[in-house]
Amino acid sequence: MLTAAAVALFLLSLTVGSSSVTAGEALRQLFSPSSGLANTIVYQVRLPRAAAAMLLGGALSVSGFLLQSFFGNPIAGPFVLGVSSGAKLTVALTMIAALQNGFLLNSGMLVTAAFVGSLLSMGAVLLLSGRVKSMAQLIIAGVMIGYICSAVTELAVTFASDADIVNLHNWSQGSFSGTDMGDVKVMSAVVAFGTAAAFMLSKPMDAYRLGEGYAASLGVNIRLFRAALILLSSVLSACVTAFAGPVSFVGVAVPHLTKSIFGTAKPIIIIPAAFIGGGAFCLACDLIARSLFAPTELSVSTVTAVFGAPVVIFIMLRRERERRAG
Amino acid sequence: MELLSAKGLSAGYGKTVIVEGLSFELREGEVLTVIGRNGSGKSTLLKTVTGQLSIISGEVYIGERGLGSMTAAETARIMSLMLTDRITAERMTCRAIVESGRYPYTGRLGLLSKSDSEVVEDAMRLTDVTDLADRDFRFISDGQRQRVMLARAIAQQPKIMLLDEPTSYLDIGAKLRLLTLLRQLVRERGIAVMMTLHELELAQRFSDRVLCLADKPLLGTPEEIFSGGRIAELYGVPEGSFCELYGSAEPQRIGGEPQVFVIGGGGTGVSVYRRLWREGVPFAAGVLHENDAELPVAKALAAEVVTERAFEPISDSAYAKASALLAKCPRAVCTLTTFGTTNAANARLLEQASALGKLEN
Repeated sequence: MLTAAAVALFLLSLTVGSSSVTAGEALRQLFSPSSGLANTIVYQVRLPRAAAAMLLGGALSVSGFLLQSFFGNPIAGPFVLGVSSGAKLTVALTMIAALQNGFLLNSGMLVTAAFVGSLLSMGAVLLLSGRVKSMAQLIIAGVMIGYICSAVTELAVTFASDADIVNLHNWSQGSFSGTDMGDVKVMSAVVAFGTAAAFMLSKPMDAYRLGEGYAASLGVNIRLFRAALILLSSVLSACVTAFAGPVSFVGVAVPHLTKSIFGTAKPIIIIPAAFIGGGAFCLACDLIARSLFAPTELSVSTVTAVFGAPVVIFIMLRRERERRAG
Repeated sequence: MELLSAKGLSAGYGKTVIVEGLSFELREGEVLTVIGRNGSGKSTLLKTVTGQLSIISGEVYIGERGLGSMTAAETARIMSLMLTDRITAERMTCRAIVESGRYPYTGRLGLLSKSDSEVVEDAMRLTDVTDLADRDFRFISDGQRQRVMLARAIAQQPKIMLLDEPTSYLDIGAKLRLLTLLRQLVRERGIAVMMTLHELELAQRFSDRVLCLADKPLLGTPEEIFSGGRIAELYGVPEGSFCELYGSAEPQRIGGEPQVFVIGGGGTGVSVYRRLWREGVPFAAGVLHENDAELPVAKALAAEVVTERAFEPISDSAYAKASALLAKCPRAVCTLTTFGTTNAANARLLEQASALGKLEN
């Protein structure tokens, strides 16, 4: 069902826009491309964009789910913990450096920069997590790290040369636009690797749900496992930030909704389901972002926040209720 | 056969040594209970023999092999662990918890085979949690939770089960059921159990041997450990407060001039002793035979006790001592309704108390 929704949304993304392309036309272009306006629109604008939304949305959800496993905390996610903002900062700095020194950036460099930023802010969160015990404090710490990184990013953007500010500004708000097929190739490789590796971790992740002590007694190498979780979630969220900027709340909301739909939190089910669900969610949000006030585009992060943030509030309320009941 | 042994083991956190130079062995088909004061290193010891804490010095052997030379995956097939940690995983059914015990036996993705599922169902039947299988683990009672955790430990098909305070948070009925189940496992499956307990009376009743962690660790049968005032000394409770026969402890007596003389025996006086203690009244008790059921309580709580040798009629000297004490007490209570031949002198004490107008009901 989830897969069907994702496919439908994917097709819808190809058809909706300022220039109309019918669903039949879009399908024909996908399977037997011919030249013409429809071909250009599908291949150069809409397909890369839809693919980006699908892949990056999936990556974000899986990244969020990994972090939730790591912290044993359902509100953990790359955005709320400031990991996305850390990546945003390093990517912005790299972009500005490149613009001012006149060298061209390829997408691999951007992903690397984002990965470094993710790991830096992840490191800060981990240092803090050793000192704060409650999950609320951890989230507050993460949000604060996010603010600090965003502030520094804004500062850097302000001092960048005027001509490129607009471009940089759009990116730093979060958007799937401006993706080309070359980007899609790089992101598919990274996301496929990250998601497959995460899926292979689903057995120790399942054991880790019982807590560190039990997981260790079952034979899980805790250090290696925790390092793998952090690295994979950073790779995935870094890839998202490098291409689409920070996209909020997907990493928290989608895994939660997936768990509710499937009535389980078993990683072997949730990882693929959250990936597809995240793709569908971001496709839908991107559709809304570009069609609601067309031709003006909203940032996709605005839309994901509208749908995602209430889920976070809901989880917190439910946890509180369960804490009292249990 | 020795399944697990420690030789000159020192354990602790980092460089802080908590348990020093400990040697013991755990044999097939026995329950070894570790007791000791708070902070004596009971949990530390369990975590060390499972390899979760590094050994500071000495060695732990699993069978013939040193623990250090074994991988976590190998030890997971031999030892299962039950901790005091609370599990907070969301959306996890009791069955999923038990299934996690199969971890060391499943493949790369952790999928359960048919025989794995049979082991899981069997373990749940044994601990009587089959009805709970589809319930969320967070929303069952503490007693049920411990039985699910025990099923999980059984599903791991270990030779050795290590349990850290398995009875904490449980009501007395649940404690007895859980420990009875452990005895059954040991008897029927030859599993060796090593556990920590705070409840001495349970340690005494359910263990084959007891390891007592202290500056000088003791290892022996419950009869050996619960004798000679060892427990009172270990836990720093006053001599006589701890009843070695039943493994129970009484609070410290209220000293001073006795205000009430209690003529009791055979257990009838216990409730009076306890009431007087709660009210803070020093009292005397007698004459009690040395084999009287209530003597341990009287000795622990009374300011003074007059005793007689077991099975002998109360001697004149014991009677005289009791009589003198009774004369000094402003009040007296008698909880006896019949007096046999060996106890005839207590009837005379009752008459004396009545004649002095000190007798209360």
